[in-house]
Amino acid sequence: MGRKIKPKLAVWKFSSCDGCQLSLLDCEDELLDVAGAVEIANFPEASRAIMKGPYDLSLVEGSITTPHDAERIHRVRRMSKFLVTIGACATAGGIQALRNFKNVKDFITAVYPMPDFIETLNKSTPIADHVPVDFELRGCPVSKSQLLEVLSAFLHGRKPNTHAHSVCIECKRRGTVCLMVASGTPCLGPVTHAGCGAICPAYNRGCYGCFGPKETPNTESLTRQWSTLGVDDPDIVRALRGFNACADSFRKESEAHER
Amino acid sequence: MSVRTIKVDYLARVEGEGALFIRIKGREVTDVRLTIFEPPRFFEAFLRGRRFSEAPDITARICGICPVAYQMSAVHAMENAFGVTVGGQLRALRRLLYCGEWIESHALHVYLLHAPDFLGYEDAIQIAKDHPAVVQRALQLKKVGNEIVATLGGREIHPINVRVGGFYKVPSRPELGPLMERLLWARDAALETVRWTSTLPFPEFEQDYEFVGLRHPDEYPINEGRLVSTRGLDIPVCEYEGHFTEEHVERSNALHSVHNNHGPYLVGPLARYNLNFDRLSPLAQSATHDAGLPRFCTNPFKSIIVRAVELVYACDEAIRLIDEYEMPDQPAVVVEPRAGVGYGCTEAPRGTLYHRYRIDDQGIITDAKIVPPTSQNQKQIEDDLRHFVSQHIDVSQDKLTWQCEQVVRNYDPCISCATHFLRLHIERE
Repeated sequence: MGRKIKPKLAVWKFSSCDGCQLSLLDCEDELLDVAGAVEIANFPEASRAIMKGPYDLSLVEGSITTPHDAERIHRVRRMSKFLVTIGACATAGGIQALRNFKNVKDFITAVYPMPDFIETLNKSTPIADHVPVDFELRGCPVSKSQLLEVLSAFLHGRKPNTHAHSVCIECKRRGTVCLMVASGTPCLGPVTHAGCGAICPAYNRGCYGCFGPKETPNTESLTRQWSTLGVDDPDIVRALRGFNACADSFRKESEAHER
Repeated sequence: MSVRTIKVDYLARVEGEGALFIRIKGREVTDVRLTIFEPPRFFEAFLRGRRFSEAPDITARICGICPVAYQMSAVHAMENAFGVTVGGQLRALRRLLYCGEWIESHALHVYLLHAPDFLGYEDAIQIAKDHPAVVQRALQLKKVGNEIVATLGGREIHPINVRVGGFYKVPSRPELGPLMERLLWARDAALETVRWTSTLPFPEFEQDYEFVGLRHPDEYPINEGRLVSTRGLDIPVCEYEGHFTEEHVERSNALHSVHNNHGPYLVGPLARYNLNFDRLSPLAQSATHDAGLPRFCTNPFKSIIVRAVELVYACDEAIRLIDEYEMPDQPAVVVEPRAGVGYGCTEAPRGTLYHRYRIDDQGIITDAKIVPPTSQNQKQIEDDLRHFVSQHIDVSQDKLTWQCEQVVRNYDPCISCATHFLRLHIERE
């Protein structure tokens, strides 16, 4: 019949809040067009119909925190032509990577009356620690427009057009007055990856790092500035230990302020 | 004797990872297990040592579908600990934000997650092929909810503008203007949703539930109220832990809640509606009459109509709140942390969400407890499955499996939330 075979899209969940895959369903104006352009072959949050692999593009949400998931991600990789990780959990381990700084046994006993029932790994790790990843999309949560850009890019065989500069640049483009300069509000904008559109400063709030570190962040210089604004070390550590706590540059800088 | 099992290894159209296993021996259901294999994330543990002000942002990350609920229960608990009351227009803005989340979440569940079961479709995208106007209405309704959340909160998922004491920035009246026109459309679409859902085919299934939820003296409960039930419970939120216990079962990364000496109970839209019909707006009440929905409903499948009624209410209430809005002088009230314990209960789209925090004199969290709606409903869901399968034992395997999934989806379970919480597998002997 000459009908073109549509590329197969799969969405996978590991340890996460579902917010990033929900971002796809939140594309209210574009969802049916996306569904027209691709075969939604595996997306359990949206459909009970599951098509077998292989898949042309897999979107992976969540971090690896259990022995079972550490194996499952390899199966997902084998079935996927392209594998794109979406969100802070998948790209940096997420908020649940706060366990990496502590003994996970203490965490289990703090939450569960029967610790023996819980099977979990000592660390929460990003997908790229386990399998090769074709592209990482940052954010807690990811930006809807960036997600659509990534889908479009992979469907057309090109590189996604997403900026790796800082939230600072987004503030300048948006015309927001610098909070740190004008009102001495501590802000992670200078070291945080762009993508959100610099929402927080526009709401009179310092950036709190949802998109993780930008390329080549000068975290040391920033925390020195924070200190002169009167932020003490424990609060610097808390600020760096959010949803991207185990992204390398944030982790190292937080450890430097722990001693 | 013949053995049958019903098995769903990965429940679809629910938020998070769960499974279902049911074993039937002859004509008797011998085992029902709703398993939550969503990995544990330990929020309550890593909240220890964090600043009180971080709780709304951190707990939002428990759930991408209802982050506002987590933020609201967290700020109310903190304000309770510090003896702070947030009133006037700041309170109204919180209610408006929460209405946005109810609209977004209910539209998602009614049309995209739940309706396909009633119509025999695998998903809403397939519905769109036959009934494009219905799915367009769904998406636009959902979008209006998201627009409210994004306007007040900065973005749809994990809003950035909520803080203990109020907001970082409050909107001017003109900034809320564009929402009004969209809400007037949305309210009509919600009324149409009530009519549409009431025409769906409903299995005969009535259960004798204890419904638990908030009740407020003069409004339909969202952010505040006493915790009440249809079996006489009537307590302030701070007494929650004296009346409810969380149990840890082996198959689950969630904790099950029970009402002490009563057993399983139900939270969510059905409970809110049955406990608070008299607090619905006149428009929402009249919509129920037109749809033939009784004022006390015990068929869990009909929760889809109740969600639609709450959609009408949330749109109606949002319109009222915007209409009466005056921009407050300050975006937040001043909060001075002090040592103590704070309790917060609000109505997430899928049910009552309890937070309790202990704070030291430096404003640092020393202990946290969070009880999400789905872990409260989990035992009741298993109860429903047991009764439903017993009553439909002669139904074919495929149909019964699908209907069991539907029984679970009646509760709009949010598994990421409950993990701290779900695999279906029906085995017949």
